[in-house]
Amino acid sequence: MDFKFSEREEMLRKAVREFAENEIPPKMEAMEETGEFPMELLKPMAEVGITGILTPAEYGGVGLGYVARTIVLEELGRVCGAMPMALQVHHMGCAVINDFGTDAQKEKYLVPLAKGETMGCVAVTDPTGGSDVVGMKTSAELKGDKYILNGRKCFITNSHTSNYWVVIAKTAEGAKGLSAFIVDKEAPGAKLGRKENKFGLRGANTGELAFDNCEVPKENLLGQEGGGLAVAIKTISETGRTGMAATALGILTAVYEEAGKFATERVLYGKPISTLQAIQFYMAEIYTQLEICRLLCYRASWLKDQGMRCDNEGAMAKYYTCEAAVNAAKKAIEIHGSYGIMKEYAVQRLLRDAVVTVPSGGTAEIAKVVLARAALAPFKK
Amino acid sequence: MADKEMNRTIVCIKPVPDPKHWNKVSMDPDTQTLRREGIPGIINPLDKHALEAALSIRDAHGGEVVLLSMAPPFAAPILREGLAMGADRAILLSDPVFAGSDTLATAHILAAGCRWIGEFDLVLCGNMTIDGSTAQVCSQLAELLDLPNVMHVTGLDRQAGDKMTITQKIEHGHVRLEAKPPIVISVRKELNKPRYTSFTGILAAESKTIDVLSNKELGVDPNHVGLNGSPTKMAGLELREFKRARERVGGSPEEIVQALLEKIHRYGII
Ligand SMILES: Cc1cc2nc3c(=O)[nH]c(=O)nc-3n(C[C@H](O)[C@H](O)[C@H](O)COP(=O)(O)OP(=O)(O)OC[C@H]3O[C@@H](n4cnc5c(N)ncnc54)[C@H](O)[C@@H]3O)c2cc1C
Repeated sequence: MDFKFSEREEMLRKAVREFAENEIPPKMEAMEETGEFPMELLKPMAEVGITGILTPAEYGGVGLGYVARTIVLEELGRVCGAMPMALQVHHMGCAVINDFGTDAQKEKYLVPLAKGETMGCVAVTDPTGGSDVVGMKTSAELKGDKYILNGRKCFITNSHTSNYWVVIAKTAEGAKGLSAFIVDKEAPGAKLGRKENKFGLRGANTGELAFDNCEVPKENLLGQEGGGLAVAIKTISETGRTGMAATALGILTAVYEEAGKFATERVLYGKPISTLQAIQFYMAEIYTQLEICRLLCYRASWLKDQGMRCDNEGAMAKYYTCEAAVNAAKKAIEIHGSYGIMKEYAVQRLLRDAVVTVPSGGTAEIAKVVLARAALAPFKK
Repeated sequence: MADKEMNRTIVCIKPVPDPKHWNKVSMDPDTQTLRREGIPGIINPLDKHALEAALSIRDAHGGEVVLLSMAPPFAAPILREGLAMGADRAILLSDPVFAGSDTLATAHILAAGCRWIGEFDLVLCGNMTIDGSTAQVCSQLAELLDLPNVMHVTGLDRQAGDKMTITQKIEHGHVRLEAKPPIVISVRKELNKPRYTSFTGILAAESKTIDVLSNKELGVDPNHVGLNGSPTKMAGLELREFKRARERVGGSPEEIVQALLEKIHRYGII
């Protein structure tokens, strides 16, 4: 067993941290205010390698894998949670095309994603089917050499910052009736709906997509017709859950740092409050949670890099880290007293951001549905 | 520069303690030296501007960028960072006899490093380091190499055919100079914005070489290195305590405002 990061990984972390600490803070006020993602950072992030971290070199990426990606997302999230939120879904958009796309699709759609010319977007959630994926209403019907899509997708990350979306729609009834498509935003009948006004992760764009007899060329089918559920599940459980977990991990790291800074700077009774045992216990708890989550997140990513199954570990890392980030942020706010709920202090944003990670990429309950199956499997009679 | 085989730039870089961790620096009261254990190192920030200048010259005209550093062997990862930024290779000058070198001794050692490398057009340095802040090494190095030296450089334009235009900051303005390599230049941060280290750069750096040279290879006169070779002797080092100054200003509101304004001007706040 080896829990050490390699020299390469340490350098990667240092490089991302430097980029994140310099480039993101000047954008954050506007992100909080407008809810817009800072698109001007996309190219610089591509130059560093952030957008193409999962994409193989032959398609313009650096192909460093999931542990490296978790480092990247954690470091971005330590500065601003909205960044890894948007980037992790961007990576989902890359992974889904890399895993299921034809060579032609990869050439056309993967390369611009790795190069930061547009953002990745995966649209599964329907107003009628979030957790209940199969319950979605968005439909696709083959007519001649085109699929005609009708319906609506909601809560879609990068909806308005992406030039093409991977959309899951119904081509028939039942679990085997879902199919995946790459839909160009300029396709006839493709429409952008509203932008969501979230209370956290505000700088990550979330919005609606609408399809009104939207024409999608047949060659834009991603994977097999009827294979859409597998496309969605693989992408969400491997890339999505590890990515959301890493996002929450970054927020949790920031929570720990903010709490520690405040506790040692705030003086009461002539001493820093970090000398009070109650505050020390809060710090010990946050610290322990952070270490647990680090282990969960990096192990899930490591399994994926080894080509091993990581769906259960991803679900565990995702639900546990998101909840840990929320709980730690609440404790950090308690450490701050009333300062903690003031906009001048970061912890209030960290709590808002942490709460938003909880349903994104699948709720805790759904993660537990997955995990309960694994937990009970050995006892099956 | 087409007439030349090699357009080589040497960039001197120094590993320094990361200022984000300066709160952890303490002083050993017995030896009067700084305790730096556990404080991560970084490339001296201004040296990154020097490296950026070297890299952009190479990217435009071709050639080679060589990093040169005098430091203990544990500084190798810091040099690796410079290689990840894009430098082609690195030379680490490391020998126990170098310990305690002041700026002049350091310049002797770096000069030997430059000679060891061979031909070069440019030696670029940061104007000063954030830990020593003497701003002496670069000029001393130029002197020992018997080369011209320009400090406080804020503009550097390397044209084809042994010509370059240099902008130098002086107290009340700028001087534009024309120069012919080889030359030793030290730069200010206004010169450029250093590029970020890319992941492809990190991968590429893994197969680049860092040559570690001791004084056996360099052959600097032992009387010119280390504590022996250092004419500067530190008389003392003391820890300054920073306390908030307090002053009470009395009088009528007008008088108070007047007094405050005076103080604000006197302390150069506005
Ligand atoms: C910031 C953000 C970004 C998002 N980005 C995307 C995106 O890019 N692409 C995308 O497709 N979707 C995205 N989503 C949508 C997200 O995946 C869904 O919101 C999530 O899957 C939950 O679906 P729902 O909101 O419809 O809740 P519902 O499914 O309506 O769930 C309501 C409640 O019922 C519980 N529940 C549901 N089923 C079960 C069950 N079987 N057992 C126990 N409890 C259950 C849920 O846990 C929850 O508590 C995003 C959401 C957010 C908040």
